[in-house]
Amino acid sequence: MPAMPGTARPVPAASRPRGDTPTMNRLLLHRAAKPLLFAAALGPFAWLFWGAWANTLGANPAEALIRGTGDWTLRFLCITLAVTPLRQATGWHALARLRRMVGLFTFFYGVLHFLAFAWLDMGFDVAAIVKDIAKRPFILVGSTALLLMLPLAATSFNRAIKTLGARRWQALHKAVYVVALLGVLHFFWMRAAKADFGEVAVYAAVVAVLLGWRIWHRVRRSVTA
Amino acid sequence: MHFLKDRVYAHPIGSEITPQPVYTQRRRLVQGLAAGAALAALPGFDAQAQAARPGKLAPLPGARSAVAGATTVERPTPYTDLTGYNNYYEFGTDKSDPARNAGRLKTRPWTVAIEGEVKKPGTWDLDALLKLAPMEERIYRLRCVEGWSMVVPWVGYSLAELIRKVEPTGNAKFVQFVTLVDAAQMPGLASGGLEWPYVEGLRLDEAMHPLTLLAFGLYGEVLPNQNGAPLRLVAPWKYGFKSGKSIVKIRFVEKQPKTTWETAIASEYGFYSNVNPKVDHPRWSQATERRIGEDGLFAKKRPTLMFNGYEPQVGQLYAGMDLKKFY
Repeated sequence: MPAMPGTARPVPAASRPRGDTPTMNRLLLHRAAKPLLFAAALGPFAWLFWGAWANTLGANPAEALIRGTGDWTLRFLCITLAVTPLRQATGWHALARLRRMVGLFTFFYGVLHFLAFAWLDMGFDVAAIVKDIAKRPFILVGSTALLLMLPLAATSFNRAIKTLGARRWQALHKAVYVVALLGVLHFFWMRAAKADFGEVAVYAAVVAVLLGWRIWHRVRRSVTA
Repeated sequence: MHFLKDRVYAHPIGSEITPQPVYTQRRRLVQGLAAGAALAALPGFDAQAQAARPGKLAPLPGARSAVAGATTVERPTPYTDLTGYNNYYEFGTDKSDPARNAGRLKTRPWTVAIEGEVKKPGTWDLDALLKLAPMEERIYRLRCVEGWSMVVPWVGYSLAELIRKVEPTGNAKFVQFVTLVDAAQMPGLASGGLEWPYVEGLRLDEAMHPLTLLAFGLYGEVLPNQNGAPLRLVAPWKYGFKSGKSIVKIRFVEKQPKTTWETAIASEYGFYSNVNPKVDHPRWSQATERRIGEDGLFAKKRPTLMFNGYEPQVGQLYAGMDLKKFY
């Protein structure tokens, strides 16, 4: 992923909050911020890759890889969705500059998750994969979420924003909310086998808060407008 | 050595009685070799993995079983995988939880209550159960409903030995197995999801089948806690969850008992739960499986066998039954 020019819009002085916000924004705008984030986001991949190589993923490494990549897809999705609320709450508006990379890593881990399933579970047997997707709702839901992410990843560069126009681009990228709901549903269905919803509840709560915050904001804005 | 066949009292012929120091030494040798030797001939088999007792727990040797189908020649799953990758929800739902948490389980003293439709109900002490019949080593395939499998060198004897002792009445049609529930020892109980205690069941003829094993050990040692110490059931032609761990009660009943997983998700887990590649779990295929500790990461999964490969032995139990309906 090439480094992208910053997308942070200038912040009107009135909305600039107090405290060390300028310091934080300066740090986030630092030249090293993006490479550091990039390296950190590759961490889970490196860890899983090393585990597969050194055989330290336990008795069932295939399962560990499929689960691990799935977990990290959900985590990156939550981080992506957290950027805007966090930015608004703290005034760290320079965070917006990093959102695209986090979003693309969500897609990256989603693709890895699918590849791990298709390869390790299905042996790249295309007919069997298609049959499995059609037959099993939780795989269908997961695949749909991944497919929905594809146009978002494909239009993530600046030229695409210009070509589409900011408004249309934004409308398209609202699909990420659907992706989040499908992702949690996919995880819930998978865990239903274990009758163990503890972890699912955590992700569901995080996504609910992040989407709920947006709804609440929109309602408040329309009321005050 | 020749033994007279009745199981109540195995008497060797007098002239064949071997002095104790000789037989203990020989036993150790034979235990080491017997299990390993037959398997060592297989390509790629690491003889040392099987021959060596892990040396972690008290020894519990078993003679090679004569029961048909009871000693597969497949390579036993490494001890570390057998004891580090477990489903035992009372200790947590992650596969690594039981190994981490089951250390708190107190397996002595231990009793098993025999109740219901039997002429001789009562409470059996673990020591009495250990002496009830000669220990046998049985190398069984284990197929988990989740799509993975192992090969386990169990030590125990046919459950039928115990059932015959307690004399079921004519009303006994099913056997229910109740496992330990104790929040003080089992941290997984708190997280909920399932109803406790974990209960499982078999039809009486399934329970009486010689392959149905009351297991007390594996790899020539007593069971590790995470594998269901001090005694558990093993019905190798059924998905693993049918085989209850750390059993405290065996109840003989007239009506088909509800099992824990049936209660939780009836559409996915039936009473029979026989391994069957043709009947898929609603959320995944059961046609193939991954052998833990053996199949490489990128190896194609191996086909799952009807009744987990025990069809010649148990197929007749289900003659005429619609196994799609009775999943």
